[in-house]
Amino acid sequence: MSVLFYGSAIIAVLATLLVITRTNIVHALLYFIVSLLAIAVIFYTLGAPFAAALEIIVYAGAIMVMFLFVVMMLNLGQVTQDQEKAWLTPSVWIGPSIMAVPLLVAVIYAINLNQEQMAHTVVGGKEIGVALFGPYVLAVELASMLLLAGLVGAYHLARK
Amino acid sequence: MLDLLWLVPVIPFIGFLILTLTFGKLPQLAAGIVGAGSIGLSFVFAFLAGSSFLGAEISSYSQTLWTWMSVGDLEVGFTLYLDGVSLVMMYVITGIGFLIHVYATGYMSGDPSFARFFSYMNLFVSAMLILVLADNLALLFMGWEGVGLCSYLLIGFWYKDPNNGYCARKAFVMTRVGDAFMAIGLFTLFVSTGTLNIQEAMLEAEAQWVVGSGVATAVTLLLLGGAVGKSAQLPLQTWLPDAMAGPTPISALIHAATMVTAGVYLIARTHVLYLLAPEVQYLVGVIGAITLLMAGFTALTQSDIKKVLAFSTVSQIGYMFLALGVGAWSSAIFHLMTHAFFKALLFLTAGSIILAMHHEQDIFKMGGLRKDLRWSHALFLIGTLGLVAFPGFSGFFSKEEILASAMENHDGGYILYLAGLLGAVMTYLYSFRLYFLVFYGKKTHDGHEVMGLHLQGPLVLLAIGAVFAGFIHIPVEGVFPEMEEHHPSVMAQAAMILLPMLGGLLAWWVFVKGKVDTEKLAGQGFGAKLHRFWFTQWGMDWLYDKIIVTPYTWLAEVNKNDFIDSIYNGSARAVRFCHEVMSETQTGQLRWYAISIAYGLLLLVVLGVLL
Amino acid sequence: MEMPTVTMQVIPMEHGLLLAAILFIMGMVGVLTRRNLVFILMSLEIMLNATGLAFIVASSHWGQVDGQIMFLMILSLAAAEVAVALGRIAAVSKAQNTGYQCTWRDERLGPDSLF
Repeated sequence: MSVLFYGSAIIAVLATLLVITRTNIVHALLYFIVSLLAIAVIFYTLGAPFAAALEIIVYAGAIMVMFLFVVMMLNLGQVTQDQEKAWLTPSVWIGPSIMAVPLLVAVIYAINLNQEQMAHTVVGGKEIGVALFGPYVLAVELASMLLLAGLVGAYHLARK
Repeated sequence: MLDLLWLVPVIPFIGFLILTLTFGKLPQLAAGIVGAGSIGLSFVFAFLAGSSFLGAEISSYSQTLWTWMSVGDLEVGFTLYLDGVSLVMMYVITGIGFLIHVYATGYMSGDPSFARFFSYMNLFVSAMLILVLADNLALLFMGWEGVGLCSYLLIGFWYKDPNNGYCARKAFVMTRVGDAFMAIGLFTLFVSTGTLNIQEAMLEAEAQWVVGSGVATAVTLLLLGGAVGKSAQLPLQTWLPDAMAGPTPISALIHAATMVTAGVYLIARTHVLYLLAPEVQYLVGVIGAITLLMAGFTALTQSDIKKVLAFSTVSQIGYMFLALGVGAWSSAIFHLMTHAFFKALLFLTAGSIILAMHHEQDIFKMGGLRKDLRWSHALFLIGTLGLVAFPGFSGFFSKEEILASAMENHDGGYILYLAGLLGAVMTYLYSFRLYFLVFYGKKTHDGHEVMGLHLQGPLVLLAIGAVFAGFIHIPVEGVFPEMEEHHPSVMAQAAMILLPMLGGLLAWWVFVKGKVDTEKLAGQGFGAKLHRFWFTQWGMDWLYDKIIVTPYTWLAEVNKNDFIDSIYNGSARAVRFCHEVMSETQTGQLRWYAISIAYGLLLLVVLGVLL
Repeated sequence: MEMPTVTMQVIPMEHGLLLAAILFIMGMVGVLTRRNLVFILMSLEIMLNATGLAFIVASSHWGQVDGQIMFLMILSLAAAEVAVALGRIAAVSKAQNTGYQCTWRDERLGPDSLF
């Protein structure tokens, strides 16, 4: 099981790295989908199958597909790609890297401050359902309202 | 009769009250009668009290009017004290004061502020009498301050001219500096001896102080500071020539006969303290010597008739200080009296000359007035002969006494004596220069003598005094310690008398015979520089301007923006600066915001990890 | 259908969190580096996803369900956000004929810029 975890982890990291360095938007999106799939596998290994399923269905299947639809609709073409290439010079990476590396080091240090072993249990869909209809029912309502707002907003903003 | 003593200072004060409370509305005749009459009445009572005192053959008399303050150990009463010294001073003030007042009724007639003038004069005489009759130093200080105030009021009498106000302020501030020293001296004396009563303090001091000890030196030095300010000696002498901006009668009364002698009186009064601090006593003599020379040289270059007389006053008071310095206390008082006579005479006659020349004061615009101004000429000649100590006149007796005492004093060689001798030569020189320039030579302007009983009368009386006052024996034996009689050799006496006359001959040769071209001498090269140096009082005004006035105004200029205010303004400015820096971060650029969020995250995580 | 409760093999929480951190930082670098808004949006999605991963790791560590609920919320948030943003981008790009970009020296965001 740990092989699965670490393997998927490596795939996720590599895919994400590729996402942020591509000049072609569609390529980047596709790589991101790969990353999402890998993370879904990680969810599964961590004992959260429902989350894994959700990740694939909603995130990769709905959100990313929507992304792809819009991007293809925009029909950005070679011009955009060239522009991206022009913008993405190596010197651009310097600043963010200077910020990212210490941050990474600090976070690793913070994480490693306590070494604990833990037991995984699989938390299936039933528990989630029970929780959603129990203590978290308000959260569900709020999420639905958020989606409603997003819907109306998107409709309105896209109209112009 | 002695218990009428209290009337002597009170009557002029009543005169002041009458003239002030009628708001200057009294007609001129009435104001003159009240003003001069009060002093005359005061003189009568002074005479009565004085003759009783002399007749009773007592050494001192005290009259307590009431207790002024009684706090803890301090007991200060409004007590009048009469002894030989204060008797002499009292006579001088009321007598010569009365004559000057009468003259002033003539001199100031027609002036719109006639009544105000006499109210101030009366207040002055009252304060001066309190000063000399005071039993304790607190009361003396009150009189001291009072005369300072009146001096200010009277110098700036014609206040509409701002220059007069400036001169009055200068006089007041400079004497104030001396007063500050004197006050500290009084405090120290009280702390040391526990009393401010002069006689008691002197007894205590004699009992407790070691000769030459720190406390003796400190107290006498501080009192000397006050005396120097009031008597216009080095280093506080620059105010007296500027005080000539006031009317001539006050120049005569305040700045020749009475107020400026207050310093001499103070030192003479507290002579026991000075005997306990011999170095300071010597310093008194040195100050007197230096001042008399400096003023003498300066008087040689002046062109205003009153300024010459002012510097002459400074010089003569230098003689009195010199006398005090060598321990000739009674000589100093004697010279004070004779000086009052002939200096008042000179000033008032100068006033007559000024009136006659239609308010012209420049002696180079006068000349050959012998025939036109007969009375003034005679009176001025008498005054001058008194000033230079011509044998037989009053000044002769007092000055010779001082020089003889100085010769006996061997500290530092004969330097004090030589200074006095040189000063005598200078006195001849500048006095006769003045006399010759005014009355001899070519006549350039016409003069018409202003006659009047109240103008000429007092002058004649003063002239009589200037001639014969030398024969008065002042009754100060009980006060001062015994002094040996000085009998300098005949040679020395001849030298002392004849040598200064060379100065007179020189003046005659230069100014009457015209053998030396003074214009050329003073006009170019070294002569010009020397002339200017002496003219500006040896650069004292310039010096004070440089070392006191300029730094003070600089400091005021620097502090114009109140540095405490700048703390508050500065904090407001700092906040505004921070605001401006902060508002730079609101760029409105999305990436800038994103980057700042990222860096903020970095900072927080690092802090969270570290802490 | 019930899933059998199985005890999984132990995977240290630190590694999971480490993965989440790496992904998050990469997403942030992407946001800072790219200029095209579509790419920025995508990098934001990476960051959100990484956060969700962290929640799932935590929930599986404690064996509780709350982390997954939180992940669900994040998911719906991401959906709404992407919807709105893409709608806007679509509208703006139609007008401008290029993908909207924000550069380092953009003019300030005013009332008539993106929103």
